[in-house]
Amino acid sequence: MASAPGVNYLNEKSGLMSWLTTLDHKRIGILYMIAVMVFFLFGGIFAMLIRYELFRPGGQLFTGHLYNQVMTLHGAIMVFMVIIPGIPAFLGNFMLPLMLGAKDVAFPRVNLISWYCLIIGSAIIMVALFQGGVDTGWTFYTPYSITTQNGTVWVVFGAFVVGFSSILTGLNFIVTVHKLRAPGMSFWRMPLFVWALYSTAILQVLATPVLGITLLLLTVERLLGVGIFDPKLGGDPVLFQHFFWFYSHPAVYIMILPAMGVISELVVTFSRKTIFGYKAIALSSIGIAGVSFFVWGHHMFVSGQSEIAGIVFSFLTMLVGVPTAIKVFNWTATMYRGSIRFDSPMLFAMGFLFLFTIGGVTGIMLATTAINVHFHDTYFVVAHFHYVMVGGTLMAIMGGIYYWFPKMFGRLVNEFWARISFVLIFVGFNVTFFPQFILGANGMPRRYFDYIPEYTSLNQISSIGAWTIGIGFLIGFAAIVHGWIAGEKAGENPWGGRTLEWQTASPPPHENFTTQPVVTAGPYEYR
Amino acid sequence: MSSATSTGSHFMPFAATEVAKNVDTLYSFLLWASFISFVLVIGGLIIFASQYKRKGQDDKTPYISHNTTLEFLWSFIPFVIFMVVFVWGWVVYYQMRTFPEDSLEVAVTGQKWSWNFTYKNGRNSGGSLTVPVGQNVKLLMTSTDVLHSFFVPAFRIKQDVIPGRYTAVWFKADHEGTYNVFCTEYCGDNHSGMLAKINVVSREAFDEYLSNEPYKGLSPVEIGQKIYAASCVACHTLNPSEGVRPGPTFHGVFGRTEELEDGSTVVVDENYIRESILNPNAKIVKGYPPVMPTFAGQLDEQEIMGLIEFLKTVK
Repeated sequence: MASAPGVNYLNEKSGLMSWLTTLDHKRIGILYMIAVMVFFLFGGIFAMLIRYELFRPGGQLFTGHLYNQVMTLHGAIMVFMVIIPGIPAFLGNFMLPLMLGAKDVAFPRVNLISWYCLIIGSAIIMVALFQGGVDTGWTFYTPYSITTQNGTVWVVFGAFVVGFSSILTGLNFIVTVHKLRAPGMSFWRMPLFVWALYSTAILQVLATPVLGITLLLLTVERLLGVGIFDPKLGGDPVLFQHFFWFYSHPAVYIMILPAMGVISELVVTFSRKTIFGYKAIALSSIGIAGVSFFVWGHHMFVSGQSEIAGIVFSFLTMLVGVPTAIKVFNWTATMYRGSIRFDSPMLFAMGFLFLFTIGGVTGIMLATTAINVHFHDTYFVVAHFHYVMVGGTLMAIMGGIYYWFPKMFGRLVNEFWARISFVLIFVGFNVTFFPQFILGANGMPRRYFDYIPEYTSLNQISSIGAWTIGIGFLIGFAAIVHGWIAGEKAGENPWGGRTLEWQTASPPPHENFTTQPVVTAGPYEYR
Repeated sequence: MSSATSTGSHFMPFAATEVAKNVDTLYSFLLWASFISFVLVIGGLIIFASQYKRKGQDDKTPYISHNTTLEFLWSFIPFVIFMVVFVWGWVVYYQMRTFPEDSLEVAVTGQKWSWNFTYKNGRNSGGSLTVPVGQNVKLLMTSTDVLHSFFVPAFRIKQDVIPGRYTAVWFKADHEGTYNVFCTEYCGDNHSGMLAKINVVSREAFDEYLSNEPYKGLSPVEIGQKIYAASCVACHTLNPSEGVRPGPTFHGVFGRTEELEDGSTVVVDENYIRESILNPNAKIVKGYPPVMPTFAGQLDEQEIMGLIEFLKTVK
């Protein structure tokens, strides 16, 4: 279907219903973007409240009971409703068919259903707020989660429904990658973001059902009193942890693999140079996805699982470090003798490398059994996973948004404010989370609403940093909204990207390409 | 002495045990290795960023697709470092998890939101544990409600405390002082208030501490003896010379390796005894009929614990 000039996916139809019933992957991507941004705002407000409470020892705003609910919602929203759908469902949805030279994903209706699963599941999670709240932490460990208030069932059921969003998106992407590549696009000619989405999709399809089953078992135990995890009913609480982490460890890679894919694209385009070690990066995504299924026990070194299991899990976890390190080295090497521009997407990519490297080396510390025993469930772990998930995934989302913004809306985000937002987020992030490594090493446990006075000064620095991040994200959001409505018009390809999504109009027409692109070379041919 | 501030090396708290010092040595190695790796990667990033700024819109860049030698090296060298760290971590972890024979055993019960310590002489102490300096101490821990975790930063030990089973940690404090105990498994409203202290005192002070209060009630062993006489004696002997009864003898039962009906073996430890009391037919010793009734609901935690302690003494 050839489009008239000036007609694109944004303006070809209008009205709210044309959006809510759309089957266009690009529009669904935008729907995800709006949903994720709203959820992020909620999760972020909870984060600010947490840091306010922890500014001083003793109760400031909350009782312990209320703090625990805020802490739980921060975690559950950020994990299930922001970071997991953030890159694959939002950026992935928009970019995957474009990068493959396809008209849409393989199953457009399923794609729309995925979005509704996220929205309905999230609404159910929110119902918990009015049903007594939930205070289990996002991990729902038994037997606490069986005995505590009734809101837990709602959150668990909501997360179950959100899980289907993830499963269906993964399924859709796997089929899309296998079936809808443009003529000439072999697997080895796919952009690395596609490789990352493909690896992620495998994890989504294979791991998420385990979470679904686990949460269902938890609900059955709570509502029907069937003994599965509760020792009082003859169950085993540690079994829950095995089930939970069997999903939730791969889920960590559902969060970070697509981010790595984004970084590959950004580093290449802004260095105007072919990627160093294309195959190594592509295969390391698959390698990480594969090994990630066998490392869940590293969350459980002190849980009462056997020492031998602990040692095996430690070994396997070390193995994940290798492909991860390879990627970091390859991105850095790509910049060697490049022609580098420092637009805001590249700043976020470099910020990612800086923060993710810290997240990575502290990950190796945590994978070391003897060290883990001391650091487990302290602020060291909190700092580590924020370095990976915020310093990694959120930096990549922000970089990705700024990079593909001209593609999505035909406009540019104001570069000055984008840079200001980067500086505030990057500096604020380190001020927030670096002191938490020291707090953790000093022994401050996580999920504490109060702490001994010795920990006060580091907590205060951390809180000040958190508010800096908050301001940075608010500025970033304002810049994005402004750019959407009134941003400067962008050219078709403002950054000089070589992948297929830049070979069509910005914003693209309804079915992406007016003529079917034919691929004759790799994705990053800067010769 | 406060154990919370960074009085140890590299931001760690004071190290009060040999194990803690070994953990710190490994940790400082890791810290330096991490620092050097970070400087190499980020140094490279900064140098490339400043050296190869875009000069014009038509800049040409060399087409460098890969370099097998380089890629092999930067895969293999991290792998070797990771393996060194893994093995080193294993060695120290092994030390942490190998329980010395001659330990002072103290029972620990975690419940929302307090820690309770019971000595073998029946002496109970809530919220603080007093132990002699230079003495191996083994804590045998369980919970009466939800998961908790017993964490002593100064000793670098941590172990989840689980309802329905026992877990254990050990330590040997080399320095007198008072050390913080934190709960590190989220357990509800007052999780952050579930604190205790470990007082490490001289041997003399410890002996005085244990004896200056008369026994309150009975020791676990004495409790166990009573239960044995009331409930077990009909089927289990204390000595094979007493004759043949329906169940295996308790003589030397603790630590014994039993062969089960299906041919597998089990070492009789706290968890096995507990299971045999509460779910007797789960693991039947070969040659005995599955006739034992469950005592679930009849014996409480203290009584089960007492029975286990009593069985340890039967040899």
